[in-house]
Order: sequence, then structure tokens, then C-alpha cells
Amino acid sequence: MSAADLPAGPGSTAGRTAPLRPAAGGRGALRLLGSELRLIGGRRRNQAGLLVLAAVPVVIAIAVKISTPRAGRGPDFISSITSNGLFVPLAALTVEMGMFLPLAMSMLSGDAVAGEANIGTLRYLLTVPVGRTRLLLVKYLSLVIGAVWGVLAVVIPGALVGVAIFGTGAMTTLSGTQIGLGAALWRLTLASLYVAAGLAALAAIGLFISSLTEQPIAAAISLMIITAAMWILDGIDQVAWLHPWLLVDHYLAFGDLLRDPIAGSGMGQGLLLYLAYAVVFWLAAWARFAGKDITS
Amino acid sequence: MADLAVSTSGLTKRFGSYAAVDGIDLAVPSGSVYGFLGPNGSGKTTTIRMLLGLISPTSGRAEMLGRQVTGSSGSARSVLHRVGSLVEGPAFHPYLSGRANLARLDAADALADPRTSRTRIDAALDRVGLLPAATKRYRAYSLGMRQRLAIAAALLMPRDLLVLDEPTNGLDPQGTREVRGLIAALAADGTTVLVSSHLLAEVEQVCSHVGMMRAGRLVTQGPLDEVRRSGSATCRVETDDTDEAARVLRELGVTEVSVAGSRVAGIPGDLAPEKLVAALVHAGVGVRSFTVSGSSLEDLFVSLTGEGFDVSG
Repeated sequence: MSAADLPAGPGSTAGRTAPLRPAAGGRGALRLLGSELRLIGGRRRNQAGLLVLAAVPVVIAIAVKISTPRAGRGPDFISSITSNGLFVPLAALTVEMGMFLPLAMSMLSGDAVAGEANIGTLRYLLTVPVGRTRLLLVKYLSLVIGAVWGVLAVVIPGALVGVAIFGTGAMTTLSGTQIGLGAALWRLTLASLYVAAGLAALAAIGLFISSLTEQPIAAAISLMIITAAMWILDGIDQVAWLHPWLLVDHYLAFGDLLRDPIAGSGMGQGLLLYLAYAVVFWLAAWARFAGKDITS
Repeated sequence: MADLAVSTSGLTKRFGSYAAVDGIDLAVPSGSVYGFLGPNGSGKTTTIRMLLGLISPTSGRAEMLGRQVTGSSGSARSVLHRVGSLVEGPAFHPYLSGRANLARLDAADALADPRTSRTRIDAALDRVGLLPAATKRYRAYSLGMRQRLAIAAALLMPRDLLVLDEPTNGLDPQGTREVRGLIAALAADGTTVLVSSHLLAEVEQVCSHVGMMRAGRLVTQGPLDEVRRSGSATCRVETDDTDEAARVLRELGVTEVSVAGSRVAGIPGDLAPEKLVAALVHAGVGVRSFTVSGSSLEDLFVSLTGEGFDVSG
């Protein structure tokens, strides 16, 4: 057939490409990240999740206030709360790393790719077009920021409520020495970052699972099962050789921040393992997603 | 080939042993409105997904706007900035408003200028008549409004090519007419439009070109008039002298001559009807009536793609 009988339209090719120049690559990615964060932050379910995360330290503080904790139960911080309110967020982090915070990461990472595939918005994002690698980077970055949000939702209300109820008396470290308020706040900040890093590593696994399926709930449950399985394995002494390789085995190492001087080696190992998990599973997600047929 | 907005050669997609798209050579001229027709399941959407880089072809090549789009290079993808698309129905975040959904897509576009974002979004919404519902949540939209929002998304940026997969699905007759008007207006601006449909009638009026799919194969394509001419118009003669009429028609070159009762039917091809009548009368056949019919695209569509509800494959 011939196209000669059709006059080429005025808009065909040459005329329109000129004004289209890529915005600075980084700026474009930032704009997408902003949109992603608004999407995550705007979801009612996620907002409710943050409230649940924030409720735990409040409950702990009130419970401690109206009862007398038994002494000598080890570094769960709960017994130390009465001396310094800043132990409230630390105790809450310890409690919530078991389930609530990993659950929050599961929900977010389930939404990340599988959620978009499920409602079909993934195909429209890709035809905008957004490069698949860029999309996966932005998605992961948003999960990391989501992890920070989750931790802050525990730490900030915990610190406020704790200080309001118990004040900021001298903070007694696990080594028995006392540190000032400034140092205590600094260590709390480091602990928050360390916990967020652990969640970010978990999110990389979540992102990988999310790229395998079109069912966000299935992806979320899978990550929750993996977390629970790691906790179970971590509790079985017969597989002690495996423990250093489990993410969750390092989750509570932030307690070392409360020693004097800070014992950093445990957290150092933790951070290395987190980094390894993040890289390996992000690459796995990329390998899966980059060439995947999008049929949703 | 430079004057083709979309061209494919031997484009094939297999899912297991089943060929959803089987070696098609699409040729969509620049500036045309190309009706991509075929029954449900004939491979139209799979073809469109391959063009847009959502799925990779098993074999064959595809070019859009002069750039090869098969293969996964970044430059292949960048041509999509000049292509607006609607693939297999609308899909948006249900709890965001129409405007917020478009803002999200605009934010994803690295070439979109954030300063003009709001203006472009509202212009696109206005173009599809959704501006009054811009702040409503997507989940509250009717199917027709959802379809319009998807079209608005394709119009966020200036496009050289629009790929619209079933754009009138779910629209009422009024909405269907509006979409047709929109396609015609866009084409008048010089945008090439590739519009797929399983409903011929809604496309026939705006298309300059058509291609018809059946069971993964492109059974015909070309300018609408050419395809229509190639359509098998049939002539029918009503007479008592059927044998003689059939003989005369065959001699003149009418094909597929058949006799049923007092009727003789055949496909005249390029033969002028008046010649046939003259020849019949000259041979002494008593012609009671003579009709030529079935040159509508509808008949061709049905004859090429099959009738009824069976899904191909």
C-alpha cells in the first residue's frame, strides 16, 4: 500500500520534538519520587498504620506509669523507663521490630509494584514512559523513606509522651554509667537510623517479591511470612550458624548504643548485612522487572 | 518507510505454543487515522502492547515515528514521549481525583515541565469534557468518565502519534460520537491516530486507513476506499432462467456464481453492473431484478474476521 495519497500532517515528527528537552535527569526522578511519596502518604490505610505504630509507645508509657515494672529483665528498656522518658521510644522500637514495623514495610512494598500492576496503573506509568530501572529505583527510595517515616512515627510520639510522663532524668546506660540529655538524644537518633536501615533491607526483599506478582496482598503476606520465619529460625539454637545471616538477628543490636562507650561492632555487622541484602534483592528485582512482559 | 508512523515486519508474539500475534506487517502512514479492527482476542491489544514496549515480541521488528522500538534500548523508549496511548481500558488510582491521577502521570514524565503541569492537565481534562469532575475521586467516575480520563492522560503532552485501544468502550452513543469528533480534530492537527476497535461502525466514519486482524494475523490493510473496493460486493439476479444467467455471468468473469431457487448470485469484482445487465438481457435471460450489495465494510469485516461470538484461538 502507499501512503503517498495522504498529505503528511503539519504535526508529524520534526516540528514537535524540538521543544521537548529532558528536564535534568535528577530533577525528573525527584518529581516522580515526590509523587510516589504523596501517593504513599495520602493512602488512608497507611495513615492508619502510622497511627497504630505511634500508639504502641503511648500504651507502653501509660502501662509503665500505672504499674511497677519488675526489675532485672535485661535490656528491654522497659524497666529503665521510669528513670528517663527517652527509654520509651527505645522500648517501643524493640517491641515493634518484632511485627508492626515489618508489617508496615510489607504493606508498602506490596503496593509498590504489585499494587500498581494490580490496578493496571503500571502499564500507564511505563508508557509515559518511565524507564523500568528508574521506576524501580524511585520505588525503592520511597520504601526507604517509608521506613524512616515508620520509625519516626514510633520515636517522636514515644519521646514526647515519655518525656512528658517521666521527664529526662539522667540516662543510665546498660554499662551503668550516666549520660547527659544531648548524648541521649544523639544515641536515640542513631538507634532510629539503624532500625530504619534494617527495615530498608527488608523492603528490598519486599520489592523483589512485589515484582513477581500482581497481587499486593500476596506480596505483603509473603514478606511477613519471611520475617516471621527469620524470627523463628533466630530462636532455634541448633541453627546458630545461620543466625548471623538473618536480617532480624541484627535488628535489636541498636541496644549496643546504650553501652558506654558505644559498642559498634554488632551494628557494623548488621549494617553490612543490610547493605548486602539491599543490593542483592534490588538487583534481583531489577533482573526480574527489567525484561518482564507487563500483561496486567 | 519514513512516511510511516508505525511499521512492523513479521511481528510475532507467542505465549507458549499459542501465537497471539503471528507475523504481522503493520503499515500506518503518517497523518492517517488507522482503524485497527478485529474481533475480541484477535491480537490487537497484544500488538499494541508490543509497540508500547510493555511486552517484548518473540520475533519481528517494530518502528514508531521512524525509531525502532523493539529491543530494550533507552532510545527506543524515548520515542514514547511523542506517543500518547490508551491500553486495554483505563487504569487509575481509585482514591485519587481525576486531576491528581493526571498529575501523577505528568510527574512521571521526565520531559514534562512542572511549571505548566496544571495548565496542561486542565487543558486535557477540558478537551474530554471532564473539567467539572476534576476533583472527584476516580472511584466515583462512571465507566465513560474513566475512559475519558484515560484519553485525557494520552493528551497531556503534544503527541505525534496516538495509540488508542478501544477508546469508545463503555461510552454511550453520545460519548462515542464525541470521541470520534476528538479523533477527527486531533487528526486534523496532523497527529497520526492508531485506533483499535472490535466495533467497525464506530471507526469506519473517522478512518482513512484500516487493518483487520483475525486470529493473530493481519488479513487486510490499506486505505479505506481500497479495502472497501476489494470487498466482495455481490450481485444477485432474479430470473426464471437461472442456468443461462449463471452461464452468462461466469463467461463475463463473475466469480463464485451460485444458484439458489430463482436467484443467481456472484461476485462481480471490477465488472460494471450495467454491463452485466446488458449482457444478461442480450442473452435472452428474463431479468426480474438485479441488485448489487454488500460492499459495506461491515460485510467485509464479517467475511474476513468471521461471525458470531467465537473467540479466535
